[in-house]
Amino acid sequence: MNREREFDFVAARRRLEAKPKSAGEKLTSVEDAASRVTDGAIVAVGGCLFSRTPMALVREILRQRRSGMTLVRNLMCTEGEFMMVAGAVERVMTAWMSIGLPWGVSKIMREYVESGKVAFEEWSHLGLGLRYRAAAMGLPFLPALTMVGSDLARVTELKTVQDPYTGMSLAAIPALYPDVAILHVHRADRFGNCQIDGYPHMDADIARAAGTVLVTTEEIIGEDAVRTYPDRTVIPGFLVDALVVVPFGSFPHECYGLYEADYDHFQEYTDGINARGSASVAEYLERYVYGPATFGEYLELFGGERLARQQRSARALTR
Amino acid sequence: MTFTPAELLAVMGSRQLRDDTTVFAGVGVPLLAAALAQQRHAPNLTMVIEGGIIGPRIKPGKLPISTNEMRAGHRATMLPGITDTFLFAQRGFLDYGFMGGAQIDQYGNVNTTVVGPDYARPKVRLPGTGGANDIASLCREVIILTFHEKRRFVPRVDFVTSPAWLQGDDSRARAGLYFGGVSKVVTTLGVFGFHPENRRMRVEALHPGVTLDQVREQTGFPMLVADRVETTAPPVADELEILRATDPERRFLA
Repeated sequence: MNREREFDFVAARRRLEAKPKSAGEKLTSVEDAASRVTDGAIVAVGGCLFSRTPMALVREILRQRRSGMTLVRNLMCTEGEFMMVAGAVERVMTAWMSIGLPWGVSKIMREYVESGKVAFEEWSHLGLGLRYRAAAMGLPFLPALTMVGSDLARVTELKTVQDPYTGMSLAAIPALYPDVAILHVHRADRFGNCQIDGYPHMDADIARAAGTVLVTTEEIIGEDAVRTYPDRTVIPGFLVDALVVVPFGSFPHECYGLYEADYDHFQEYTDGINARGSASVAEYLERYVYGPATFGEYLELFGGERLARQQRSARALTR
Repeated sequence: MTFTPAELLAVMGSRQLRDDTTVFAGVGVPLLAAALAQQRHAPNLTMVIEGGIIGPRIKPGKLPISTNEMRAGHRATMLPGITDTFLFAQRGFLDYGFMGGAQIDQYGNVNTTVVGPDYARPKVRLPGTGGANDIASLCREVIILTFHEKRRFVPRVDFVTSPAWLQGDDSRARAGLYFGGVSKVVTTLGVFGFHPENRRMRVEALHPGVTLDQVREQTGFPMLVADRVETTAPPVADELEILRATDPERRFLA
């Protein structure tokens, strides 16, 4: 494992200095956006667990049959399982992986990690957040008071640093500069100025940390709407490399205020795994990922009624 | 008055929380216990959830499944993002960390990472720390709520995911954990604390009808006994009513 690449702030800075940082148009197709993800890339996924997952980009990366990637997400959900079963990842970096309490410990994660097929690099939730934050700040590490003393510090080979002022020992959380960030947001103008409602998760830091930033958005808004409320912009357009309009782009995961996660779907998916193991996920990928050529066809598998139901429950929860 | 073990845990946990404080609560029984405290004796308690949520009001029947879905943030006062939420704890704003525990040892260390000696090739891979390591490292004090079973109460955890008193004595501070530590372990049998010097777990209170022998039978290490062991007051009607109204589907109380 070449860890230095993860926190080499000089190389990350040079890459950014050499890169165009355009205020121009970013709109493209999901196929074109996903094609910028290469085999072996370190890919940071925005959102958290089943909230604001960039599902359309996850789906397209799988369709383009990427392999050898490291998938990074603070709390990892079904997207991690898809990547494992598809053979797309050799390592996951996360604080926690499964769907959620009602569905138990992920059997897919257990199968792939216990057999040694996929490495599970475990950081604490804040630890991973500070890895992104350090990179977002252009630094090689950040001092912190977390993770020290635990076995997480041992397995991540976390180093400590002596505070030059007090002499005390602190955790030195290494920066993480991902090759690519994939994010889903509520709205953006065509230049990639992004707005997010509800939970910000770690997306703003991830966008600043990554070398390439790919974004899907629920809707496109006019330039005027952005310039009237510039305080709502959390990711500025010059950070964004590709932007794709994908309504319901997180589904069956949630998008705050717009649609709730489809827990019935999670139950059916988990029932399949409980009955047939990873073969059930392989069938699921055929049906939901490789089969439907477009995201629209994918959404038709859920049906308009289901989508409308999830929209209603989101409104009821956030009103 | 009859109640389930989970209800007992939630009630006894809630009584640990003082008013005018802040609590970093995990979903499930810890969050229910915090919500109960807030509705009963601690109206000025602020709940914080690691998904980036400050001051939510749990909607009855709509208990959150994860720490960062819409249900968790119902009527919150602030959604600062995950990293910044934990940084409130690092700054010292969080009085209590309130969490469950899969496997716990005599020094209060918790394992939610792997079963077996080899991290890279575990016998059982568990979901991982989530924010538990950070909560255990950063809050002023940590209270663990857990079912009291011999398989959970082991002499030494396979992996220290959430550090408490590490190897006892002053090992926590020596490891660079300058603040906090586990103050109480609330179980289905009683309330446990730690010896102030050697930091080994000890019985401080037993729930009504529970004997020391029962505790010893269900604990995989020698349990110390405090100089005075109290008996807790059983759950009362209004505590159980509030709990049941909050979780009418009995998602976590069953």
